[in-house]
Amino acid sequence: MILVVDLSYRPGSLSLDEFVTPVERIVRQEGYPARIRHYTDISHQDIASAGGAIFCGTALADFGYLEGLERFAWLSSFPCPVLGICAGMQVLVRVYGGDVYPATGIGMAEQQVVAPDPLLAGRDRFPAYELHCLAVESPPSFMVLATSLSGAQIIRHQDRPVYGVMFHPEVRNEWLIGRFLSLCLPEGCAHLG
Amino acid sequence: MKLGVLFSGGKDSAFACHRAMAKDEVACLITVLPVNPESYLFHTPNVSLTALQAEAAGLPLVSVESEGVEEAEVADLSRAISRAVEEHGIEGVVTGAIHSVYQATRIQRVCHDLDLWCFNPLWQRDEEEYLEEIVSSGFRFLISGVSAAPFDKAWLGTEVDRGTLDELKALARRYRMNPAGEGGEYETFVTDAPFFRKRIEVLRASREYHGDRGIYRIEDARLVAR
Repeated sequence: MILVVDLSYRPGSLSLDEFVTPVERIVRQEGYPARIRHYTDISHQDIASAGGAIFCGTALADFGYLEGLERFAWLSSFPCPVLGICAGMQVLVRVYGGDVYPATGIGMAEQQVVAPDPLLAGRDRFPAYELHCLAVESPPSFMVLATSLSGAQIIRHQDRPVYGVMFHPEVRNEWLIGRFLSLCLPEGCAHLG
Repeated sequence: MKLGVLFSGGKDSAFACHRAMAKDEVACLITVLPVNPESYLFHTPNVSLTALQAEAAGLPLVSVESEGVEEAEVADLSRAISRAVEEHGIEGVVTGAIHSVYQATRIQRVCHDLDLWCFNPLWQRDEEEYLEEIVSSGFRFLISGVSAAPFDKAWLGTEVDRGTLDELKALARRYRMNPAGEGGEYETFVTDAPFFRKRIEVLRASREYHGDRGIYRIEDARLVAR
């Protein structure tokens, strides 16, 4: 099961339709079971049964997910692949000791791949939909894989399959979510922990 | 949260309004009336009838005119939203964008500049699944404009129901066009919705059709009991 995390300002908000359901649909279309949970309502059972986790984006005006980062402490010991999208990338960066700063990107922007990674095989440049007003300072344990004019767009943990993506791959770049899912274990990877 | 819905009178903005009302407070509808029928950003056929639709829904309407010139339309949109903030205290805007990055980008930028929330509850939806849902959830709408080859004059004024929906989907597959018509292949006008207190009855309309393009112009309509 893939845990699809809603980071929006309240459970069941309009942002669920916009940022979470589209990701969940891609996960299911790729043949993986998915479970949506709001970030304030993730149980030990959800974490233990997940074979991967995707943290979804939020509305531009929404920053509530950056308060109370202790809710995400489980991430640093989660043994499965993680993909943080936009707000999700910001959470990952903060959990691993990096920071965020104001930088706005709204609309399609060219992405430049700057370091090789299986997730990006065969892609040097591609357009993607950005929707953010914060950018990230990557933590020391991460490397930058792709950039655009508004800063680091894809980062990856040096030793683990933990990725952050600032643009929204659910818009016109579904392939990236598909490749991420191929790293996950549908049956869960609690036994790896 | 108090929201304003960008409302063209077509099915997508009406369904977005329906979703917003289920989760938040819709304080007003917002319409930009383009003078130019070739508007890049805004829906045009029968858009002046949004006043009647707002009355049917029991919601206030904020409307502003636009010359319909690309990019200047964004300033007109900003003006309309700013009026909705002043008059109704909205904190966010709802749109019916599905896959149009062009439309979504411009509206997101306006909302960001005005320090407002922006919601797109239909964003990235599967169009066929969406059309099924809108038809089965009590919306009634007719084809008010066409601008693609498979649509002949007979489509103008046709109500999209279970039967015509299947026909529409088959055409979309055959001609590889967007089944929801978001690329302007066709436009719609909503005559009834779950949040309407009254429905709209079209009393008089005319059809104009040249080449592959046509408009179903509603010349007279009234509200009747549902």
